[in-house]
Amino acid sequence: MSRRIDYNRIQDNLFRIVGIGCTLFGLLMLGFFLYSVISEGWPRLSAQFFTSLPSRKPEEAGILIPLFGTIWVMVLTSLISIPLGVASGIYLEEYGKKNRLASLIEINITNLAGVPSIIYGLLALEIFVRILGLGKSLLSGSLTLALLILPIIIVATREALKAVPKTIREASYALGATKWQTTWFQILPASAGGIVTGVILAISRAIGETAPLIVIGAMLYITTLPSSPMDDFSVLPIQIFNWLSRPQKGFIINATAAIIVLLAITFILNGIAIYLRNRWQKKVKW
Amino acid sequence: MSIKEKIIEGLLLMCAAVSILTTAGILWVLISESSVFFRKVPLSDFLFDTQWTPLFADKHYGILPLVTGTLLTSFIAIMVALPVGLSIAVYLNEYAPKSFRRTVKPVLEILASIPTVVYGFFALMVITPFLQQIFPTMAGFNALSPGIVMGIMIIPMISSLSEDALYAVPTSLREASYGIGATRYQTSFKVLVPAASSGIIVSVILGISRAVGETMIVAIAAGQQPRLTFNPLVPVETITTYIVQVSLGDVVQGSIEYQTIFAAGIALFALTFILNNVSFYIKKKFQEKYE
Repeated sequence: MSRRIDYNRIQDNLFRIVGIGCTLFGLLMLGFFLYSVISEGWPRLSAQFFTSLPSRKPEEAGILIPLFGTIWVMVLTSLISIPLGVASGIYLEEYGKKNRLASLIEINITNLAGVPSIIYGLLALEIFVRILGLGKSLLSGSLTLALLILPIIIVATREALKAVPKTIREASYALGATKWQTTWFQILPASAGGIVTGVILAISRAIGETAPLIVIGAMLYITTLPSSPMDDFSVLPIQIFNWLSRPQKGFIINATAAIIVLLAITFILNGIAIYLRNRWQKKVKW
Repeated sequence: MSIKEKIIEGLLLMCAAVSILTTAGILWVLISESSVFFRKVPLSDFLFDTQWTPLFADKHYGILPLVTGTLLTSFIAIMVALPVGLSIAVYLNEYAPKSFRRTVKPVLEILASIPTVVYGFFALMVITPFLQQIFPTMAGFNALSPGIVMGIMIIPMISSLSEDALYAVPTSLREASYGIGATRYQTSFKVLVPAASSGIIVSVILGISRAVGETMIVAIAAGQQPRLTFNPLVPVETITTYIVQVSLGDVVQGSIEYQTIFAAGIALFALTFILNNVSFYIKKKFQEKYE
């Protein structure tokens, strides 16, 4: 009997070690990844690296064009996806709660969220690049990424709207406000924190995407900065992929330096989102 | 209701309908382009031929090597992510102090926010050279290294979904188990994990679906050789990598090579669609068991 109890205790403690081990494995891998990137790429991060055009010589090449492309894509994707996504979320949560069309849209969004990103690339290649004739432009790329992150923004908007208590709505209606007035003046401001958090996370996902942009043909050698949405473009992840596929060691070092820049942007966006979420959760106590 | 209100509702509905258009667009593009492909290549060749060589002189259009490549890397990923992710979930839920859980969870979530092209770099430049010291015969491009790295990427997904499922098990079950003298280990694995099994299965299926559709990690580190094999040490090609490979080259639009990426796309879409809907079904069916 006591041996059985000892065995149980040992088993219990063993799993504690396994559990800590697994948790540490995840954390250590993260640390190890970051260390390997920073130790290799950090010395390469000079002013020259940020201000140079692409080059066949790794030590002369820079990320000016893909960095600008990423900023362009960030702005355009936001302009397209935020109004569409927030409006869809408002419709599904506030207006179309019970009708059949809304539940069809809902199932549809859940499914879209699980579609691999490269499939969005095939969609864009046919519709945006060929049929609409937008070519391999910034606009094509941004439209593609906007569709890709739309489900994330819609779901985040709905969650934020759901968190606004009924009493706010009822009070607004009692004062004679219409449905839209209630939504625009009461519910949206009350849920803004949650919506903004979701939007930032979605945008950070978009600027890390590579595959759909490769499919629409954005893997180009470009030597001029884009000046309009119809121009050809490159973005940081594409430049990283490009440099990784070269055999020279110098380009691999360039890739790690560009990875540091991309990770910095991703982490800053995520950090802002987490900060806003915490602040919003603390401030709003209904 | 005033006209203005009607117009606003109509505009909102139009925005929401964009998602339906997206799905319709995806289906239309995949079906219309691949129907041209299937007029030239019989479906039986596509499903049962064991070679995929559309870019060579001797052309074969059997999707099997790409499917096995995809399944092999996904299987390796899930073999890493499931034990580690589930252990983390059980540990954080049942063993760890609350403060530890609060700090560790957001840090683990960082793993999920790293762009996949960065993971591709880790697989190719860090994990593969390390594994080559253990397996000297391993090729520079292989299924094992990107598989492991995809597994690490999926860990937060499995651990967070499994933890939600464990958390949702009613306290009464937990208390009953401790009440009859069970240890935390016995409570976790004989009571909580079985009770939360549907949620855990859902997390695994969604993890597999994520791995099947993952592109950059395998495109960078798994190679571009469609090969009907389950050997994790040699180069393989996944469905997603093939689409990337063709997109990088100069394939003439309208040619059969161009149509193959849509045929590959439809296979990929079908695979992830089935996986996602099985997980929705399980989630729906077992959701209310304890309520």
